[in-house]
Amino acid sequence: MSSRMPSVVIVDENAARASIIEAGLIAAGHEHVTIINDMTGIVAKITEIAPDVVVIDLQNPNRDMLEDALQLSRAVKRPVAMFVDKSDNEMMQSAIDAGVSAYVIDGLRQDRVKAILDMAVSRFNAFSKLERELEEAKTALENRNVIDQAKRLIMTSRSISEDEAYKLLRKTAMNQNRKIVEVAESLVLSANLLDGGRL
Amino acid sequence: MIEINSGFIPLTDAAILIVAKEMGFAEEQGIALNLLRETSWANIRDRLAVGQFEVAHCLAPMPIASNLGLTPFSTQLIAPMALGMGGNAVTVSDVIYEKMCGVGYSGQFDASIAGHFFQKVVADVSQNGSQTLKLGVVHPFSAHNFELRYWLSSVGVSPDEDVEIKIIPPMLMADALNAGQIDGFCVGEPWNSLAVSKSFGKVITTKTAIWASSPEKVLAVQSDWAEKNQDALQSLLVALVKAAKWCSAKENFEKLAKIMAADIYLNIPETLVLGALSGSLSSSASINADHTLPFLEFYDNAATFPWQSHALWLYSQMVRWGYLEHSAESAAIAKSSFRPDIYRSALKSTDAIIPSGNSKVEGALKTRTAVGAASNTLYLGPDGFFDDNVFDPDQIDRYILGQSNL
Repeated sequence: MSSRMPSVVIVDENAARASIIEAGLIAAGHEHVTIINDMTGIVAKITEIAPDVVVIDLQNPNRDMLEDALQLSRAVKRPVAMFVDKSDNEMMQSAIDAGVSAYVIDGLRQDRVKAILDMAVSRFNAFSKLERELEEAKTALENRNVIDQAKRLIMTSRSISEDEAYKLLRKTAMNQNRKIVEVAESLVLSANLLDGGRL
Repeated sequence: MIEINSGFIPLTDAAILIVAKEMGFAEEQGIALNLLRETSWANIRDRLAVGQFEVAHCLAPMPIASNLGLTPFSTQLIAPMALGMGGNAVTVSDVIYEKMCGVGYSGQFDASIAGHFFQKVVADVSQNGSQTLKLGVVHPFSAHNFELRYWLSSVGVSPDEDVEIKIIPPMLMADALNAGQIDGFCVGEPWNSLAVSKSFGKVITTKTAIWASSPEKVLAVQSDWAEKNQDALQSLLVALVKAAKWCSAKENFEKLAKIMAADIYLNIPETLVLGALSGSLSSSASINADHTLPFLEFYDNAATFPWQSHALWLYSQMVRWGYLEHSAESAAIAKSSFRPDIYRSALKSTDAIIPSGNSKVEGALKTRTAVGAASNTLYLGPDGFFDDNVFDPDQIDRYILGQSNL
């Protein structure tokens, strides 16, 4: 094995996530990193690149196809093994939890491979966290909008202040053992139904 | 409550597991069954290997291949139960279907007749110098791959020379056909029904027509876990066999279709599930070419029994198509991947009718026949191959020598 860094192909239909893994690998000194987002003709593309390592997103339903192609060695003309030796159960677990796997050409040093997969795992996890936070922020914003709408409805129909409207919402939620946002949602929905959608 | 995690792939033949959970059969046995949908068979295999799944909905040849070390992340698996018989079909694009009709085909599902006309089309295509026809299957170690190859070979089409067999995930099969990436495929339901309903192609024959009463999916169980949790596994088998009986009853078909169609399972219209249950995949005719056997059977005719003769036939096909060399040791590993002993001891105190043998001669029964069982009368068969070849598991060496791999 020469001292050059192994070449890596990242198979991920999520372009944003693939880019952050690529950035990580380049920062770690890898020069030959290729992203494949489009599954059409993927075997031909991999044949051409002849990478040492293929990193793949586990949600990709084409994994069976890719594995078959790699195993038959038609693509790389070299035997292919799954990355970790079976004893490294913990590494495998964390890779599966993160949603990523890797295929490695036999002969590549284990420590090299481990570093690549470690990188992919941490970047996959970071990406999931980012997505979760984004989703949470979106939900929080939506909730606030619904509560504001509900408050306005109460203020108009009862001629009370915003503060009093909020207190009324909160009291109702507590009495019914529901979340404020749920009570607000029901109210907005009913108002929509009764009022033909005008608010 | 014992918690058991099972993976499944969105297919109609995941029904037994889904019903065991949804209709309370698992809970009745003290099992909290968690079902996790997966996108590839490789994911199922890996999550079994690292212990995230204790059991899984699995292609019948996969535990055999895994125990023989033929898969990238091989682990010891056993199949103590089958999850039904039949359920696959061969669908071709409208273009190929019309070509078949052009040479005299008129829509018969009989595997010899459909095969005869398909062979004519393949020969024409090669004579015209057109591109080799491409056929999709879901996995190299799938019954789909082996029954398609068996059928092609028997009608004079070499699966490696005359056509190209490609691996495509089941849920993408219909789109691949429509996009012209493939000319036909062999896949489980509801993916044939989907292709037919979108007018992408037509069903020409079925798994049941190629090999009657043949195995498709099994319950794969991690060997270590099975060893350490024998009681839990037995309870699970009891729950699953009860679920299988429920799935097989006509009066439950509509409810079953409704359960399976849900977002968390197949996420497709109920009508596409119902087709496979009632045997009407094709708009033109009933798929049940042989009315003594349904297209997909969950319970009757010992449909959940893990016959070792099934394991050995699948093994013989792995040898035939070059996945490994035959040896007595390998054959023994393949045979013991299926565990009728565990099935029998789990179900002995239930009303399930259990075969008294572990293997049978495949193709011995031409009609539905009453045979010996541990208790009561068991009906088996027909169980033959469409070309009348017989597989005697005791004569496996001779069978392997005699099979061609043209």
